[in-house]
Amino acid sequence: MIALALTLLFPLLGAIVLGWLARPNASSLLNIAVSAAGAIASFVLALNVLASGPAGGKLFYIDPFNVYLIALTALVGFTTAIFSRPYMAHELEQGRIGGGRLRLYHASFQGFLFTMQLALSTNNLGILWVALEGATLATVLLVSLYRTPESVEAAWKYFILCGVGIAQALFGTVLLYLAASQAIPDTDDALLWTELYKHAAELEPSVMGIAFVFLMVGYGTKVGLVPLHNWLPDAHSEGPTPMSAVLSGLLLNVALYALVRVKMLVDGSLAEGTVHDPNLAGYLMMGFGMLSFIVAGLFLHRQRDIKRLFSYSSIEHMGLMSFAFGLGGPLATFGALLHMTVHSLTKSAIFVTVGHACQIAGTQSMEQIRGLISTQPNVGWGLLIGTVAIAGFPPFGVFTSEFLLLSATMDAWPWLTIPLLVGIAVAFSGLFRHLQPMVFGIKPPGQEALKINMLPVYLHLFLVLWLGLAIPGFIAGWFDQVTQLITGRGLL
Amino acid sequence: MNRYLELQLVEQAIITLAAMILVTSFALLGQSRVVATIRTFAWQGWLLALTTALVAWDIGHPHLYLSAFLTAILKGVLIPWLLTRQARQLGILRAVDSIVRPGITLLIAGALVVFCYGVALPIGQLVEGVTRDVVAISLANVMLGMFMLVIRRTAVTQVVGFMAMENGIFFAAVAATQGMPMVVELGVAFDVLVAVVLFGVIFFHIRDSIESLDVDALNRLSEVEK
Amino acid sequence: MVDLVNVLEWVFALLQMALFVVAAPLFTAWIKRVKCWLQNRRSPPLSQPYRDLRRLFSKQVLLAHTASPLFRTAPYLVFGTTVIAAAVVPLIALELPTARIADAIVLVGLFGLGRFFLALAGLDVGTTFGGMGASREMTVGALAEPAMLMVIFALAMGAASTNLSTVIHSMLAQGLALRPSLLFAFLALLLVGIAETGRVPVDNPATHLELTMIHEAMILEYTGRQLALMEWAAQLKLMIYGVLVCNLFFPWGIAQTLDPASLLIAGGLLSVKLIILGAVLAVAEGLVAKMRFFKVPVFLAVAFTLALVGMLSFVMLESAS
Repeated sequence: MIALALTLLFPLLGAIVLGWLARPNASSLLNIAVSAAGAIASFVLALNVLASGPAGGKLFYIDPFNVYLIALTALVGFTTAIFSRPYMAHELEQGRIGGGRLRLYHASFQGFLFTMQLALSTNNLGILWVALEGATLATVLLVSLYRTPESVEAAWKYFILCGVGIAQALFGTVLLYLAASQAIPDTDDALLWTELYKHAAELEPSVMGIAFVFLMVGYGTKVGLVPLHNWLPDAHSEGPTPMSAVLSGLLLNVALYALVRVKMLVDGSLAEGTVHDPNLAGYLMMGFGMLSFIVAGLFLHRQRDIKRLFSYSSIEHMGLMSFAFGLGGPLATFGALLHMTVHSLTKSAIFVTVGHACQIAGTQSMEQIRGLISTQPNVGWGLLIGTVAIAGFPPFGVFTSEFLLLSATMDAWPWLTIPLLVGIAVAFSGLFRHLQPMVFGIKPPGQEALKINMLPVYLHLFLVLWLGLAIPGFIAGWFDQVTQLITGRGLL
Repeated sequence: MNRYLELQLVEQAIITLAAMILVTSFALLGQSRVVATIRTFAWQGWLLALTTALVAWDIGHPHLYLSAFLTAILKGVLIPWLLTRQARQLGILRAVDSIVRPGITLLIAGALVVFCYGVALPIGQLVEGVTRDVVAISLANVMLGMFMLVIRRTAVTQVVGFMAMENGIFFAAVAATQGMPMVVELGVAFDVLVAVVLFGVIFFHIRDSIESLDVDALNRLSEVEK
Repeated sequence: MVDLVNVLEWVFALLQMALFVVAAPLFTAWIKRVKCWLQNRRSPPLSQPYRDLRRLFSKQVLLAHTASPLFRTAPYLVFGTTVIAAAVVPLIALELPTARIADAIVLVGLFGLGRFFLALAGLDVGTTFGGMGASREMTVGALAEPAMLMVIFALAMGAASTNLSTVIHSMLAQGLALRPSLLFAFLALLLVGIAETGRVPVDNPATHLELTMIHEAMILEYTGRQLALMEWAAQLKLMIYGVLVCNLFFPWGIAQTLDPASLLIAGGLLSVKLIILGAVLAVAEGLVAKMRFFKVPVFLAVAFTLALVGMLSFVMLESAS
């Protein structure tokens, strides 16, 4: 439990200290150090939980499902902190931000990591909501960090849409509490996930059905599901790129995590099938997931801003994951978990290269980003390989997970494989029609290489490649435990 | 006529207050001046606090008194004060943000209430005590707050709509489940407070970047080619 | 053979209607008196409206050259519909033969009919003011009628009837209860009444300022007994709304049998209620300023919304069994 406390305390203290620390160089180093410490603590926590099973009390509860996301969050947080050091130094140099804004950036970054870890580790579904809303609050000023009219507009949209969306989730939580207070004698414990899960079958199905609709709308907004996705491309494209990396790589995952947790309860409650279809939650998630997958794939073709392009790609992948979790069953769930991991790693690696590419070209407009490989080969190749990976090419992990998902779909809903395959093809063409001139095109005069740190990209892409070639037994066993937890049956 | 007339006076008062909160939601939709909107919101906060206190008294839940107190301070005093101060600094306290089609708006609002009644019927079955029927009203408050967000044009009034929505959810928690666990309630209150402060910061950002607080002017980001 | 009791009841119903008509100017005079007090003026005696009416009735009627027969018959029609409306509203007793036609929708219809002829008469002579007044009156009416009907529906749902007598019966039967639907219907009826009877802040009965008047503009061309009838009808309408407010929401004391004692008590209590209502109205008129005409729709929208919420809260909050 000490490891858990440290996982939460490092980012919290980091946020407070970094909010006061005025020296840019020292604070970016401290940012990396704090994130590294948090990551180490989370790995220790993960090993503990995997060795000795779920642990926790009323406040916190750690099982393989959330500890896996805690470790992923801490890892991506750490690598993004490494990335943000040269990135923010360049922004400071260019005069796009001042020292005060940098302080705000660092404090918000650690605050965001704290809310993510709190949302993942808490046992109380009410606190989960509070933490997810806290994540919005922590990042909203990051979106408007550059104070351009566009970024302020994006921040406003992000705040209002996510705020409204997640308010629906709070209403859903109230309904959940109502259903729970009938079944669980001590109402103070009635929002604890462990208690709810134990009594899931006794929860009133009529209320749980309505509650899930509200929770789906609420957390679905944060996941970025169409038609509630409008905030996502704006927030991703206007904020500093390290923030885009953590929003895409982490926040969306955590929101989806919340949705999956709730779905487990609703499935338990509706299992009788007297009031609603027992698979109501699954169908809703499949429907919204498929819609997001297709719509986002089509929108990829219309983009002109490179960060918007990859944020639509995030929507597309979140849609695919929601679809898979909705589909249920061990194979789909295993695939969705794997996809969550590889998507987080790949997408944050892509955003690292995208961030540097934009700095090299001095713009986010894809029409003006040209000749990356001839200017700075590691950025160009990093972007190319990252995009190849995210588009689902073998031998990367995204291919493996998408293959698993397609197999599961073929098994349960054969005709749904067609839109999935078409969607993958549409997304692939959408990505590569923009990408090809950017990486291979002719280098504009005067474009020079920057001093950057590509370690995060190498690390992430290596992990994705590894997961694609051979999933280590340790990771496979871990995912299998999670699959068992979610679906009741293991895959292996 | 029926069960209602057999209720005690305090319970009838709770229901009447609930209906009055619904009226304030309608009033929020219709107010055109920013300052009047904020004032109506403060009224809603006070009514909410009073209702919560009466529910606490009726069912004997002492922790609800604390919620009522928190609501009165936060929604009745602090948030209206902050919003008024920000609106004054921005020079839009007396600005007019009138709704475009009042008739249609009123009808849609009425329809929303009926819709909420339908949605809340099965929920009410599960609630014991006098607040059973109030759940629909609280859901209607949430929906009307959201509707207000849709039809309002200035940033400040949109935030009032956002807060009114939050009021509705808090009201739902009081009505359906006699409040949430204290730790959750405190967390939500903290989030709301931070949100208001951040909204204030963003007001100034919006004013500085587009020189207006009309959110219609926030239209640079879109998928449509311009 | 005619049932003697029944005849007696009809006689009494007619008497009640006569009392209504005769008392109407007194109510107006009372409001004016309170207003005078509030403004530190000496008030005219309470008999002043009667003297005015007598004076007008004894004067010669002057007609405009362009006046059509409609212009001449309109005062009788307006007065007639208002008197029938008065007959429909229970004043001090409930169990009367007129109770069977005492339907709230009939009442709204009668007012609508009266307004129709009033507006036609305003247009008939072809003066600017008449036309303007008629147009404004119809605007107010078009907005006030839905609000009024909403009030009636809110009340009718509680009593399961639109019959005014039945509504009052059920109000008496339920005893003292705090009901949101009644609260909002009451407030809405007050607002509608103010708009319909042309009081401040919608119209000002005491002014002939051309830009603001509504009702006065329409009857500007009338003289003599025709003017008297028009004014009397307006006073009667105010009285009807006053009685509606008192009897629908505070019915206690209204006579349910026709014995002299209870009738006397009913009459006394109703007078007290009307005196209080008139005073409240006068005070309220003293506190608010007349609003500009384009704000009137907002005013009536508030009334409509209140009545709507009243009805909704009846369905949502009070009807569960």
